Amino acid sequence: MTRLGAILTLVGAGMLAGCSDSWNTPYPGSDAQANVVYSAFGERPKHLDPARSYSENEVEFTGQIYEPPLQYHFLKRPYELIPLTAASVPHPRYYDKAGELLPDDAPVAAIAESVYEIHIRPGIRYQPHPAFARDAAGRYRYHTLRATDVADKRQVADFPYTGTRELVAADYVYQIKRLADPRNSSPIFGLMSEHIVGLQALGKTLEQTLQARPGRPLDLNAFALSGAEAVDRYTYRIRIKGKYPQFLYWLAMPFFAPIPWEAEVFYAQPGMSDRNLTLDWQPVGTGPFYLAENDPNRRMVLKRNPNFHGETYPVTGETTDAAAGLLADAGKPLPLIDGAVFTLEKESIPYWSKFLQGYYDSSGITSDSFDQAIQFSAGGDPQLTDSMRGKDIHLVTTVATSLWYVGFNMLDPVVGGLAPERQKLRQAISIALDYEEFVSIFLNGRGIPAQGPIPPGIFGHVDGTAGLNPYVYRADGNRIVRRSLDDARRLLAEAGYPNGRNARTGEPLVLYFDTMASGPDSKSRLDWIKKQLDRINVQLVVRGTDYNRFQDKIRKGNAQLFEWGWNADYPDPENFFFLLYGPNRKVGKGGENAANYQNAEFDRLFERMKDMDNGPERQRVIDSMLEIVRRDSPWVFAFYPKSFALRHAWVHNVKPNLMANNTLKYRRVDPALRAERREAWNRPTLWPLALGAAGLIALVAPAVVAWRRREREAA
Amino acid sequence: MFAYILRRVLYAIPILVGVNLLTFLLFFVVNTPDDMARLQLGAKHVTQEAIERWKVEHGYDKPLLLNHQATGAARFTDTIYFRHSATMFAFEFGKGDDGRDIGNEIRTRMLPSLAIALPVFVIGLLANISFALLMVFFRSTYLDLWGVVLCVVLMSISGLFYIIAGQYFIAKLWNLLPISGFAAGLDAFKFVLLPVLVGLVSGIGSGARWYRTIFLEEIGKDYVRTARAKGLSETRVLFTHVLKNGMIPILTGAVVVLPLLFMGSLITESFFGIPGLGSYTIDAIQAQDFPVVRAMVFLGAVLYIVGLILTDISYSWVDPRVRLQ
Amino acid sequence: MSAIQPVILWTDALVFVLVAAGVALTLYIRRHAHLRAPWGEVARRPMAAGAALVLLAFVTVGLLDSLHYRERLPDSPPDKPQYSVEVLSAFDALVGTLRTRQEKTYSAPLAMHLYAKEFVERDGAAVRVYPRLKYGGAHLADEAGRMPDIARRVMLGIAQGVSVAFLVFGALAAWQAARRKQRYGEWLADWGQGRLGWPGRTVVLVVALLATTVAVLLHLAAGYHVLGTDKVGQDVLYISLKSIRTGLVIGTLTTLVTLPLAIGLGIAAGYFRGWVDDVIQYVYTVLNSIPGVLLIAAAVLIVQVYIESRPELFDTAAARADIRLLALCLIMGVTSWTSLARLLRGESLKLRTLDYVEAARAFGVSHTRIIGRHIFPNVFHLVLIAIVIDFSGLVLAEAVLSYVGVGVDPTMYSWGNMINGARLELAREPVVWWQLGAAFVFMFALVLAANLFADGVRDAFDPRMGGRR
Repeated sequence: MTRLGAILTLVGAGMLAGCSDSWNTPYPGSDAQANVVYSAFGERPKHLDPARSYSENEVEFTGQIYEPPLQYHFLKRPYELIPLTAASVPHPRYYDKAGELLPDDAPVAAIAESVYEIHIRPGIRYQPHPAFARDAAGRYRYHTLRATDVADKRQVADFPYTGTRELVAADYVYQIKRLADPRNSSPIFGLMSEHIVGLQALGKTLEQTLQARPGRPLDLNAFALSGAEAVDRYTYRIRIKGKYPQFLYWLAMPFFAPIPWEAEVFYAQPGMSDRNLTLDWQPVGTGPFYLAENDPNRRMVLKRNPNFHGETYPVTGETTDAAAGLLADAGKPLPLIDGAVFTLEKESIPYWSKFLQGYYDSSGITSDSFDQAIQFSAGGDPQLTDSMRGKDIHLVTTVATSLWYVGFNMLDPVVGGLAPERQKLRQAISIALDYEEFVSIFLNGRGIPAQGPIPPGIFGHVDGTAGLNPYVYRADGNRIVRRSLDDARRLLAEAGYPNGRNARTGEPLVLYFDTMASGPDSKSRLDWIKKQLDRINVQLVVRGTDYNRFQDKIRKGNAQLFEWGWNADYPDPENFFFLLYGPNRKVGKGGENAANYQNAEFDRLFERMKDMDNGPERQRVIDSMLEIVRRDSPWVFAFYPKSFALRHAWVHNVKPNLMANNTLKYRRVDPALRAERREAWNRPTLWPLALGAAGLIALVAPAVVAWRRREREAA
Repeated sequence: MFAYILRRVLYAIPILVGVNLLTFLLFFVVNTPDDMARLQLGAKHVTQEAIERWKVEHGYDKPLLLNHQATGAARFTDTIYFRHSATMFAFEFGKGDDGRDIGNEIRTRMLPSLAIALPVFVIGLLANISFALLMVFFRSTYLDLWGVVLCVVLMSISGLFYIIAGQYFIAKLWNLLPISGFAAGLDAFKFVLLPVLVGLVSGIGSGARWYRTIFLEEIGKDYVRTARAKGLSETRVLFTHVLKNGMIPILTGAVVVLPLLFMGSLITESFFGIPGLGSYTIDAIQAQDFPVVRAMVFLGAVLYIVGLILTDISYSWVDPRVRLQ
Repeated sequence: MSAIQPVILWTDALVFVLVAAGVALTLYIRRHAHLRAPWGEVARRPMAAGAALVLLAFVTVGLLDSLHYRERLPDSPPDKPQYSVEVLSAFDALVGTLRTRQEKTYSAPLAMHLYAKEFVERDGAAVRVYPRLKYGGAHLADEAGRMPDIARRVMLGIAQGVSVAFLVFGALAAWQAARRKQRYGEWLADWGQGRLGWPGRTVVLVVALLATTVAVLLHLAAGYHVLGTDKVGQDVLYISLKSIRTGLVIGTLTTLVTLPLAIGLGIAAGYFRGWVDDVIQYVYTVLNSIPGVLLIAAAVLIVQVYIESRPELFDTAAARADIRLLALCLIMGVTSWTSLARLLRGESLKLRTLDYVEAARAFGVSHTRIIGRHIFPNVFHLVLIAIVIDFSGLVLAEAVLSYVGVGVDPTMYSWGNMINGARLELAREPVVWWQLGAAFVFMFALVLAANLFADGVRDAFDPRMGGRR
């Protein structure tokens, strides 16, 4: 006990002596004044190689470091592609089988090949990196290292010399070849090999070459790819099979960012990968930031790239942007900050607490912190609570371009199939699962009950009662109202299960719900779903399992009901409808159609719709597709999540952009205000320390006194 | 002595082989190479070819234990077990599924783990002994009785509650310490305080109670009676005789856990965001990163065996009657 | 044709095997004076006796909760009855509406309003208010009547609890006095001065406390959610009570798995020595070397694979959760038998050199007989002590494992799951503390009682290992 006292004294002394700023600051040193963004990552990114990374948490980094030819406009809506390193957004030229140039409005069937010619701007240079370093004689300093030379290196910064090089078109071609390299296991290789001419063949060749001489380095420059070629120093050409208008969107993703061959040679040297010195961990890009510190166990630091080619803040935006202060920096050179510090924060509670303490600049809102942050106005609009406004915190809301759904396995003997009674069964369940209540309990209203597979903000979505799903909802004036449980029961009866019992055998209808939910919140959510179906006397058995087992079941078509979600890759309805396209089904084809839905009419319309340009005609096709999937109900369209984000007063230029991933360069912070607020919010409360000390004395003193007394008595 | 240690080290080899084989088989039952590939390749646009390529790339396309197609030594060496598990005996842990070198990771994560585990262990030992001595001094009085009750109360509270309460009050309400996080070097001090404090409080109940029984047993022995009869003061008896002799079982009991301190604490580290080996293990379990899990199991086994050997040596050291042979 | 269909889950069956074994053991002990003596010693300790009563209360709830059945569906044909997939227990039937009275979401203990504001149509306009609960305090007209009503119920509960306690006490006194051929007054005087030879005052006090608590809870629970409701509006008191069974099953069944392994292998290693000893030592060193959490994680995953590959065997959610619970017990047993085995091995090594054991061997008595007659009875007290001491540790371990994600099924009621969910609730403002608080109180009560009882048992059976001198 006495030792404890000593420790506590030590604690107090150490902290009083050690820190001038707040006691609880989670950052070492006193860099409160730095012009950097403080953020966090919940899971360490697995891949930072643009050929491999696909997850959102990875793109958060690669988006700032790598520059594909195109990007999305930061402010404009609907989303608009603008050039990034390219001189302009490329316009495809179409050729027929004979290689003849076709007009732009040529019928899809006639188009054999689309060619995209991309010009990049000259004068763009890579970040400083040892891979480019040359000695006086112009030879690469670090391209012929032995394992012993690397033995003392822990990070890229340990190499004393760096260099740079101008970005050339060949770097883009090099990266496209890397997509086919089996060693990279690129997640989009399968998809892209269906579109890019010759990519499939290149993949085969590379695989054979690797097998023939394992362990030897592979120079991708020595392999030709007919679908991607550098025309001159600043121009390259990509050939696409048929017509694929969505390809432009891919050109805005880091998959198509440039990779210098020097980097691959550098990292392929012996001893490098044992020290985590790989392209997967230490990116080399041309973007506004470079990864200065990469300790995925603790923090990752982005710093301003001194060689950045320069870009200015957009001068135009939506009409409301000027009033929102989003154009205050118009025309200023980017980036507006010197860097960003991302700290590992696995748990949501510490994140939220640190945000409130001012140690993170912005935060999402979990369902548990919601009541603290948000209240609804009389009109039902979300507003910040007084305590948040007191802290000068701002709210940013947006509807995500994602969808959550409950899928029915269409191959299942009970719920699957296209027969009218099965349709009715699925419709009944769709009505019974009251996602309005779900959104209000579990998301605090941060979601919009879905009317179909296409979320708002994507072409094809229709707002208001005109876009309602008539099989689940009905219009009540201007409001969309869920159909009653009586309707559901009636449908259930028509489906052959009056009152939840099989009309022929009298057996109760038991359904199985597969989920991989295992978080602390999942129990209440699963209970909720059971409760919903209970109301129409359908009994639900929840089968919780882990990720692998769940995937396995879906793949083999052993699931019955399951929950799933989809995040748009790009703002096009094709990216949602293809999840229901028959030839894309999971079982047998390994596609993304997890419900194994197959409707010939829908598939025919999909094939027509996907190559169309946005316009009234496309909308008409989409409307008929929507009618089909709503009637068939292969999914219970659950909801489109809304994302609510909070930011402190010192953070500027935040506009949610669900497609762009390189928005950090637009961000501006006010470090002085931040330092001031942090100090004001984090004054330590000292009375517990005093109380603790007093309590300890109160405990120890009598013991000491008694000890003394006993000692005397004994003597 | 040397021969003894050598014999023990040799004896450790079959145990490590057992550990290695057991974990290898256990995890391959649940996690086939296909599963691993899928987990690594993500949820979108994954094809069977991509999975096959991943398996070839990571050496998971071989048979598990015995390669019937190969000849000679390759029958055993050209297998998943040999390539991924047996190499551990050379302390070559390979790469985790996330592509990072496990050996590297272990080396960098050991220090943060030690920064928490060592203070908890050392200060905890001191605090527990002090508390236990206090109770022993007041034995057969109400102070002792309530001291024991306090111990039982403290040890009846789940460790999770201590952590939750510590973070809530000290870090969130009173702004005294950071809620979580870690920094290198001396900056680590303030991040370490709270987890150490929580570790101390959650350990003191069982620790002090156990040491109390050890001291009580010691105090009942003849030599203590003799000492007291000679007129030594109670304090002297307690500190010179009881403490000294009681330390033998305490220290030898502590030696076995000493090497395991490197492994860190699973729960504390993940709650407080300490980048140590404990949180590494938890993350690996949750991400089903089995190369990492296997490496950690192996490391744990090695450290445990080292602990056992150290215990034997320390026994012979403090008690000359025990001879190592 | 009956209204219910009994369901015997795996753990139920094992629990009842355990109960049967317990009863048999009690009967056996009663007939042997030398075994009875230490138990008498346990009963004489006030702390241990009080703790035993509290444990008994927990065990009662746990046992009631282990009698599972499925309800017959209404209007199912009499010749071919259909049963609900929902598995209920005798405990559920006993608490009646406590299970079904679900609110929409959080409400504080004893509240009559929800914890979050919602839009309510009032006079044609939408107002944002705390809506009334569907069940909690539904009998009240307004907030003003709540505190008096609660006070009235508490008083009523206390009165009834105390009177029940008095009745029990009276009956006890009458019985005891008659048995000891004393007058009523004399017995009371002995009781008052603690001269009964058993801790009469503590027992009566604990019984009175338990009776009062139960009575107060009964009265309050009829009108309110005593411990509030959780995120989906389920009564937290109900969840906490349901979690008792999970805690008990983990604490006891794990030991049931441990015992045969530990006793068999431990004694065999010590008694036979030689290669048997080597093999057993090898096995337990290997198992001991593997960090327990990792072994448990692997086993839980294996069970999941098993369940997924045989969905027809586990047709209800309860059966799936149950098999996972059982697997958890099994694997925790497999990882925790080693320390007891080591202890028993050491003890058997000593015992086998004793004269009478050597003599028995010299006379050609079979090994089984020697072990059964001479070795086992002499190490039995160690086994007993290990059982009671391990119990509390296992209950605590469940919470930690659930946090790691390899504990009981997430749909199962357990304190670990409660704590896990409650961590997020602490981030709320105003904070939702009652779920964490309830889990804390219940778990603490059980573990504290178990620890105190274990102390008593250990002191009584093995005076060498401490005990106040």
